[in-house]
Amino acid sequence: MALLEIKGLTQYFGGLCALSDFNITLEEQEMVALIGPNGAGKTTVFNLVSGFYTPSKGEIIFNGQNIAGLKPHKVTSLGIARTFQNIRLWHEMSVLDNIKIAQHYNLGYGLKDLFLRTKRYFLNEQRIEKEALRILEVMNLREYAQERPSNLPYGLQRKVEIARALSVHPKLLLLDEPAAGLNSADVKELIQLIKWIYDEFKITIWMIEHQMTVVMNLCQRIKVIDFGVTIAEGTPEEIQKNPKVIKAYLGDGTI
Amino acid sequence: MRKLTVPLLVIGLFALLIGLAYYDKIDLYTQSVLMFMGINIIFGSSLNIVNGYMGEFSCGHAGFMAVGAYVSSILSVLFFAQDRVFGAPLLPPQYAIYGFPIIVIIAFIAAALAGLLVALPSFKTRGDYLAIITIAANYIIISTIINIDAIGGPRGFMGMKSVIFAMEDVVYLPWMLIWVYIFTILSIWAIYRFVNSTYGKGIVAIHQDEVAAEIMSVNTNKMKLVAFMFSSGLAGVAGALFAHVLGYINPNSFNILKSTEALVMVYLGGMGSLSGSILAAILFTFLLELLRPLQIIKWVVIPLLLIILMQFRPEGIMGNKELSDIFPRLKKFYQFK
Repeated sequence: MALLEIKGLTQYFGGLCALSDFNITLEEQEMVALIGPNGAGKTTVFNLVSGFYTPSKGEIIFNGQNIAGLKPHKVTSLGIARTFQNIRLWHEMSVLDNIKIAQHYNLGYGLKDLFLRTKRYFLNEQRIEKEALRILEVMNLREYAQERPSNLPYGLQRKVEIARALSVHPKLLLLDEPAAGLNSADVKELIQLIKWIYDEFKITIWMIEHQMTVVMNLCQRIKVIDFGVTIAEGTPEEIQKNPKVIKAYLGDGTI
Repeated sequence: MRKLTVPLLVIGLFALLIGLAYYDKIDLYTQSVLMFMGINIIFGSSLNIVNGYMGEFSCGHAGFMAVGAYVSSILSVLFFAQDRVFGAPLLPPQYAIYGFPIIVIIAFIAAALAGLLVALPSFKTRGDYLAIITIAANYIIISTIINIDAIGGPRGFMGMKSVIFAMEDVVYLPWMLIWVYIFTILSIWAIYRFVNSTYGKGIVAIHQDEVAAEIMSVNTNKMKLVAFMFSSGLAGVAGALFAHVLGYINPNSFNILKSTEALVMVYLGGMGSLSGSILAAILFTFLLELLRPLQIIKWVVIPLLLIILMQFRPEGIMGNKELSDIFPRLKKFYQFK
């Protein structure tokens, strides 16, 4: 069974059709890219999948369950995590707290335990702390646990954001332009990191990316959209040669 | 031993205070200042949950205080005092000692429910727009009270003093001082536990980036509901104590000016700092009393102080740090859960 199946996804903003009849099937353990020129509707797809918008039409089936229209925190607890184009960490608290708060889907205690400081509270807080430290350890971020993200260099902030997304144990990781704003050395490191995450965590990764080095190095499959319409789909080699894609990116020469 | 430092210190100070009051070492005026200080601590630090930790701008906090004040006053007069409107007390007045804490808890619940008036719109509204809603909520509550004639309407409501006298008839102790400080300690404790848990830090995440909070599995609507209800409930507790200390309440004492006092305490102490709020409440109460000889000029001097503070230390006395962040050595002496 496919991990994620999107059928006929359509989204209108007022009269504007941001996405029309979008279909995609992601298998388990696959790395797929979604590309397209600016304003093509890529982030709209991610916002629909992660629950920020309720689609005008269409189905999003994740693990056999239709998640279209569910609240984002619900979607996350089902196993879809995402990062953002512009880094969205909680900049005024420690890196460790950033990871810990992401465990809200699985706190294991309620308000009663919180105020009475029951055994359940302590056990679960310990578990959350241990889990957060483990993720930081695995991602080689342990030494920054007490730092504030705003004090870290941009590349590390990106890494912390990915670590935070991984800490919710996702089956599907959505990366919205992970290489945006990184220099070429950082990009190389990022490619290594994503490859490593893919092998280590055995998850499905779906990314939006403009930098072709990243896409061509990592993804088995690429889907191209323009003005909300799918224009091509295939392996990196096929996409590079596809005339429609070249036209969408470079124009067709007529003025 | 470290675990016991804070409880022992708190109990020691509490006993000292009650002892001094019992043996008339501190006069009634000082006692009332101390009581208002405790009430202001609850009032200010409860607003800090919403304005400091969650980063919303609630400026109708006194409305919830009014709900707590009126609900508790009506209940205590109904049950424990002879009244013109409500008639004979429903229970023998000597039970007031046991009844009073229950009444304060009911005031908490009532004010928390009134908090829904702000909590529900907050799901879709943020920032300035929510601030307008909170002002509106304050006015709705005040106008409702003014228009209910049975509880005195604009004339106010009284009779709570006889409930206090009933308590003193059973055991002679400075009861209100005791209640005020018991509830102050409980409130601070509850707020501390809330904001220092992973659960409670969810509201700080909402403050710093609501979109990220929602995507990282924080149920933002539920957290807002909890934060607003918790905060307004504690304002209700402050209101209940305020009503019983004064013995007389009037809807106009809970208008926007009173809400401003809470705002001043939060911003004076530092947003998102519990020790800051406590410090600011103590300072603010003292300042009001110290400047009393200036009479009406007081209200020129205090805002002027605020302007100077905002110019030179806009983050407040403590910033968003706690006392133990500024003096890390303090941590050696205590451990607090």
